[in-house]
Amino acid sequence: MQKTALCDAHAALGARMIEFAGWHMPVRYSGIKQEHLAVRGKAGLFDISHMGEIEIKGGDAAAFCQFITTNDVAKLKTFQAQYGFFCNEQGGVVDDIIVSKLSEGRYFICVNCANTAKDFEWITSHKAGYDVEVLNRSLEYSLLALQGPEATRILSEVLGADLSEIKRFYLRVLKWRGVDLIVSRTGYTGEDGFEIFLQWDAASGLWEEIMEKGESSGVLPCGLGARDTLRIEMAYPLYGQEIDEDTTPFEARLGRFVKMDKGDFLGREALRRTLEGGLKRSLEGFVMVERGIPRQGYKILKDDVLAGTVTSGTMSPSLDKPIGLGHIATEIGLEDRGIEIEIHDSRRKAEVVSVPFMTKES
Amino acid sequence: MVDIPDECRFTNDHEWARVKGDVIVIGITDYAQDALGEIVYIELPGVDEKVSKGDVLGAVESTKAVSDLFSPLGGEVVEVNKVLLESPEIINSDPYGEGWMFKIAPSEVEELEELMSAEEYSEYLESEMEG
Repeated sequence: MQKTALCDAHAALGARMIEFAGWHMPVRYSGIKQEHLAVRGKAGLFDISHMGEIEIKGGDAAAFCQFITTNDVAKLKTFQAQYGFFCNEQGGVVDDIIVSKLSEGRYFICVNCANTAKDFEWITSHKAGYDVEVLNRSLEYSLLALQGPEATRILSEVLGADLSEIKRFYLRVLKWRGVDLIVSRTGYTGEDGFEIFLQWDAASGLWEEIMEKGESSGVLPCGLGARDTLRIEMAYPLYGQEIDEDTTPFEARLGRFVKMDKGDFLGREALRRTLEGGLKRSLEGFVMVERGIPRQGYKILKDDVLAGTVTSGTMSPSLDKPIGLGHIATEIGLEDRGIEIEIHDSRRKAEVVSVPFMTKES
Repeated sequence: MVDIPDECRFTNDHEWARVKGDVIVIGITDYAQDALGEIVYIELPGVDEKVSKGDVLGAVESTKAVSDLFSPLGGEVVEVNKVLLESPEIINSDPYGEGWMFKIAPSEVEELEELMSAEEYSEYLESEMEG
């Protein structure tokens, strides 16, 4: 099993570890609910070094990134980041990604841990005719995420720079104790915050300093458990659950990250046909009306008819009620919003709601 | 260190059973609650339900995990701890006390002897952790 550079720090904090896609990762420290609420109210620090980093560089880097991703990379300014997808020839999602432009001719793509090897091979298989180099740098970079309303203040103090000037989905290259950091104002929690890429073995020093300087602000170390409940409340997709190679971005209601008019890109033809033919299913959010927690794979029914499948579900720590996401066939009418979820061999009432479940006002 | 009370018997699925008068009180062990993490939801059997050893009688769920609740022995359910439906976190704080889950009037009290003693359960946990 692969270990991040912070393995000892996690052990010292008493983390409960799990295997995640071949990595030995912390799932919780003090408790998922407490960690979750720390991110919503103060700040939480995550080790997400298992995530993959793939660099594309060369004279045709911009054109190549435009060809392999669904969003409009040509619109990126230097030090700007963008969410999007790699799609296969059927329009299904190979991975969901964040592309950052580091300079003219140099792009940095953050990919899902479980997909890193597949993505690298997939990208490389399409580079013929482009003047680009494709580098898998996943084991050179550690990645920390500091998320929550106090994140900007804490990280500004640690780095001795005013990070409030970095706009959402922009990044900056900064020095910390002689180490280069890529500090990106992005995240997977729905809160303000940063993701910090740095050389593999420098991670524990930065982790310690953030924990130390953030202590008075209430920063907590957070595991993959809270990362999951935070993203479910925001209805952010998780690869392998809401999206996969058989699901198009449109079905996952993420069409705004697919720019059909930008010119040719991988999967465009199939995506165009999908749009013309109409979507067969669509991602919906729901809250339980009767008791029970929806989980991945549970059946969704409407008027006794199988209507779809739950992709994610949890007891929402912020709302204190069970919430879920699922794919529902579009031919099923949802005007009255009532559905049922099959939980532990019985059907429980639920109600389709608009997502995200969490808004800043709630 | 996990707590393993001497007066209880234990199952491979990390339930405990304790004699109290004519009935057997059942819950999940300290090890089980710690492994699950914060328990956010439970389902309990119905009172008067007739059960056989090994039947699924409910579920214990944390934020991440779902764990079935099995009956350690056969009999009839005579009482369930309804307080847990609203406050399942009690199982985390007091798994052998206030966190008890249901009571059974056993059809064959000898089935209790088939379960592990505290010492056996302790050895079982060690082998689980090594495995």
